Amino acid sequence: MATVDLKDVKKVYPGGVEAVKGVSIAIPDKELCVLVGPSGCGKSTLLRMIAGLETISAGTVAIDGKVVNAIGPTERDIAMVFQNYALYPHMKVYDNMAYGLRNRGTPKDEIDSRVRSTAKVLELSALLDRRPRELSGGQRQRVAMGRAIVRNPKVFLFDEPLSNLDAKLRGQMRVEIKNLQRTLGVTSVYVTHDQLEAMTLADILVVMNAGLVEQTGAPLDIYEKPASIFVASFIGAPPMNLLALTGSSSGKTLADGTAIGFAPPETKATTLGFRPEDADVTFNAEALSGALVLPATVEAVEPVGAESFLHCAAGGSRIVVRVSGRATAKPGDQLRVVAKSEKLHWFDQAGKRVD
Amino acid sequence: MIGQSPLRTFIAHAVLILGILIVTFPIYYTFVASTHTLQTILRPPLPLLPGGQLWNNYSEALFGGIGRIGGVSVGRLLLNTSIMALGVAVGKIFISILSAYAIVFFRFPLRMTFFWLIFITLMLPVEVRILPTYKVMVDLGMIDTYAGLIIPLIASATATLLFRQFFMTIPGELVEAARVDGAGPWRFFFDILLPLSRTNIAALFVILFIYGWTQYLWPLLVTNSNDMNTIVIALRKMVSFADADTEWHLVMVTAMLAIVPPILVVVLMQRWFVRGLVESEK
Repeated sequence: MATVDLKDVKKVYPGGVEAVKGVSIAIPDKELCVLVGPSGCGKSTLLRMIAGLETISAGTVAIDGKVVNAIGPTERDIAMVFQNYALYPHMKVYDNMAYGLRNRGTPKDEIDSRVRSTAKVLELSALLDRRPRELSGGQRQRVAMGRAIVRNPKVFLFDEPLSNLDAKLRGQMRVEIKNLQRTLGVTSVYVTHDQLEAMTLADILVVMNAGLVEQTGAPLDIYEKPASIFVASFIGAPPMNLLALTGSSSGKTLADGTAIGFAPPETKATTLGFRPEDADVTFNAEALSGALVLPATVEAVEPVGAESFLHCAAGGSRIVVRVSGRATAKPGDQLRVVAKSEKLHWFDQAGKRVD
Repeated sequence: MIGQSPLRTFIAHAVLILGILIVTFPIYYTFVASTHTLQTILRPPLPLLPGGQLWNNYSEALFGGIGRIGGVSVGRLLLNTSIMALGVAVGKIFISILSAYAIVFFRFPLRMTFFWLIFITLMLPVEVRILPTYKVMVDLGMIDTYAGLIIPLIASATATLLFRQFFMTIPGELVEAARVDGAGPWRFFFDILLPLSRTNIAALFVILFIYGWTQYLWPLLVTNSNDMNTIVIALRKMVSFADADTEWHLVMVTAMLAIVPPILVVVLMQRWFVRGLVESEK
């Protein structure tokens, strides 16, 4: 139904604070784009600029090919789901959903049929006569979604919609949002700081940091090939292990003096990283070719059930290794962490990926 | 915890009953006096039980007109005072809710200057500015009019501040949701802000109605003709320094009637905002 194109969008607040420092994103029709990043990275500001709730300092925002910089949120034909739901407290669920349609002069019988059919999809039919305060958090969340869906807008905007729900409900609603978005086929922009939400929901994932886009791409591509140290440590839980490198081009060593035993793909590399699940532990002392072998001391064991995380001291810093099932290692054990060389990530002085 | 033992219950009730007696006895005594003839009142001691003149006294005051204030009836006084108190209460709420709306939800040049100007007027009660205000009213020809009674009292920094504080508790997301839903400034005001403010409006109405009802100095200055008097002013005029000149039975009737409308407002509105408090939504 609509594409969303951001071209070099900037936001400078009065007083000179630059919240968004030039962001370009192209979101194809019917896709869900997730903006993820730590708090203060400018992701919410960006969303609010797409919504028309914040003015755009520089650059252009185009919805469906039309630049919307100068038009208000009403005319942009967008719908937004807010973090605190922002339901009208004095209105019944029905009126909450109907309000936007009424303001647009939709005929009464059409409003009625649209509200009722939306309520049916969201399983809200029995709650239409209730006030928001009589609903649970999850139900309020649904009403907020319903208020967006019923309008049948060109774009959905989600501003951390699940952060007020408990973990279980969050998981359910995540799946539901994904399904709804796919069935309705409405282009969506979704802001979150939760990397799990970001990974599971996104068609396009945009990782932001300090007002800039660090990386854009499909979630798994980003996971497998993080473009920078920031992305590598932000996406994935527990985050990627990062070890500083010193030494000349041929014989790089880690901070504690351990030689890594082979040459990095690029001499500029000053940091190496591997994901907790890409490493294994062994008690054998034999050398392995084509792999990074680190002598390590187990400091703590976290059994999670299906897997365990070993927190170890190795290479002059602390690393986490995932082992499936129950861990046999105990705190204080000396062992070796092995990571295959093709599973290693390399970053240069500026924190950029080098291959 | 409190009131568990019979003794405690007894003491609590005794204290409360004593308090009620202290508060209500003067009112009761006024009522008693309003049901006796002038002769009975002037010949002490005044009986403690109501006399037989209830109907005569009240109908004389309400419909007959009272000599000392130029034959104006209490009915007319009640009408004057009601118009003034309602005008002041409604006007104050109307103006202050609009100014608070402007100050909280709109960005315009000198916004904070206007806010502080309103705030500063808190330090200028009617009494301080009474001479210039009187002069303005004379020049505008508003002496002895309802407008003259109401308009100088209508601006309220206190009510504006109260609404401002309330509006500032309304989450920004709600405002934005309304904008996304296509509600312009007026729709937002009428569809969302006004319904959310109704408990505040009810509470303010009660306070401001009684404020208007009990105004003394300003109505005293701005009304000369007897048939524009408010009930409080008329009461004072009815009392003469010589006891014999004063129709005490009618004074008592007027005093009784003067407290009825404020009581009605409190009782009726109380139910209304207790409901609002119980529903407490936001």
